Amino acid sequence: MIPAQFEYAAPTTVEEAVRLLAEAGDEAKILAGGQSLLPVLRMRLNAPEMVIDLGRIEALRGVRDDGDAIVVGAMTTHADVHADPLVREHAALVTEAVSHLADPQVRHRGTFGGALAHADPAGDLGAPALALGATFTMVGPHGSRTVEGEDFFEDLFTTALAEDEILTEIRIPKHTGWGAHYEKFVRVAHQWPIVAVAAAVRAEGGTIAEARVGLTNMGSVPLRARAVEDALVGKPATAEAVAEAAALAADGTQPPSDLNGDADYRRHLATVLTRRAVLAAAGA
Amino acid sequence: MSRTTVPVTITVDGTRYTDEVEPRTLLVHYLREQVGKVGTVVGCDTSNCGACTVHLDGRSVKSCNVLAVQADGSEITTVEGLEKDGVLHPVQQAFHDCHGLQCGYCTPGMIMQSIDLLNENPDPSEEEIRSGLEGNLCRCTGYHNIVKAVQQAAGGAR
Ligand SMILES: Cc1cc2nc3c(=O)[nH]c(=O)nc-3n(C[C@H](O)[C@H](O)[C@H](O)COP(=O)(O)OP(=O)(O)OC[C@H]3O[C@@H](n4cnc5c(N)ncnc54)[C@H](O)[C@@H]3O)c2cc1C
Ligand code: FES
Ligand code: FES
Repeated sequence: MIPAQFEYAAPTTVEEAVRLLAEAGDEAKILAGGQSLLPVLRMRLNAPEMVIDLGRIEALRGVRDDGDAIVVGAMTTHADVHADPLVREHAALVTEAVSHLADPQVRHRGTFGGALAHADPAGDLGAPALALGATFTMVGPHGSRTVEGEDFFEDLFTTALAEDEILTEIRIPKHTGWGAHYEKFVRVAHQWPIVAVAAAVRAEGGTIAEARVGLTNMGSVPLRARAVEDALVGKPATAEAVAEAAALAADGTQPPSDLNGDADYRRHLATVLTRRAVLAAAGA
Repeated sequence: MSRTTVPVTITVDGTRYTDEVEPRTLLVHYLREQVGKVGTVVGCDTSNCGACTVHLDGRSVKSCNVLAVQADGSEITTVEGLEKDGVLHPVQQAFHDCHGLQCGYCTPGMIMQSIDLLNENPDPSEEEIRSGLEGNLCRCTGYHNIVKAVQQAAGGAR
């Protein structure tokens, strides 16, 4: 099928995009890379009166160094995030996760901000962003504001973005020198994970000094496995010690049950994948 | 609300076209129905199969998942633009030599994605070829000869 008719605007500045969005109200939809939105429009699950394409706003593309953090423009494509040397050096977990997202063609179009704004609980970028303590900046008619990851992801496909706001950039604190691994469990190629675990580890000698662990598809929003993180501190990077901490991964989670697996299966997966992800991140 | 078309200028296989399109027109339909590039095919309704793969400003995309208006000002290469003076592109020749197709429906997309893959990584391992083609589905070949074709084309490029 093809989408229903809509009006189209391609502003070249954020200010213009915000103004157009305010004028059109809830009749409008933002278009980033289109890799999630266009399938929705083609199935006619949504039929906005107006589509506002952010693709011509140069200021929203690219990654920059900002002292103790890197800042990723919302319209930076998955392929450009993957190739970016700043991301690789300071947020290797993101480089890892994005390499497992979809397929090359989708990575050439889909954007970092689009995937996070879409907030699919099975999306691959929420857990790494959350684990690294990313903050989200959005701009609306009343100016800009920034929220933490825990406040950004509100529910299934629902974020803190108001209808008149645009996500402009994501700030990721530097984790230079941390080992990173994204362990994604799928049934078929180029698809969303049944469960995935994002782990970043700072090791000193053979000991884990600090750890960050994020869970994908273990609830309606990406989650941080803080119990695992705490249990890992000071432990040797051995299979036994890591397995003991990883056993806490599913604590307090409410994973979905669907055709790919029931909730108990997902809880089991979370512990196994956490062990694998942490060990790989620790270089063990 | 008034429903209007918008003008786009898109270079397809080296020729510049200026056309009016509805904003909702998918790039693949623009290419097939307005420009006549029927070598690019549609194989699914879910952006999974990759049969519609073309290059947009040098990078592979699924043309069923891009609006024609998003491609305004861009350069598109389709499978029809590969042959030069009656000589097949090395990747086309390799698919022919290695029997990398049976029904041929996936082939335009497979070839366009294989070229993108080799542009990025001129000497891929078998594993890298398989993951580089993970967005392209083939119901006939079992992929084996497709992988061989990409390996042959990579060897030829060296
Ligand atoms: C075949 C296929 C396989 C895929 N596999 C995976 C996978 O394995 N893992 C995975 O995580 N994802 C997968 N995806 C989805 C992919 O990650 C998309 O690129 C991403 O979800 C959406 O990014 P986009 O830039 O294309 O956004 P769009 O599709 O353009 O937009 C998505 C939504 O976010 C809103 N939005 C976008 N940008 C902004 C902004 N800056 N401010 C406010 N709102 C905004 C839009 O209005 C829309 O509602 C897959 C997609 C396809 C087609
Ligand atoms: S027709 Fe485009 S991916 Fe199937
Ligand atoms: S040759 Fe028939 S689908 Fe690939």
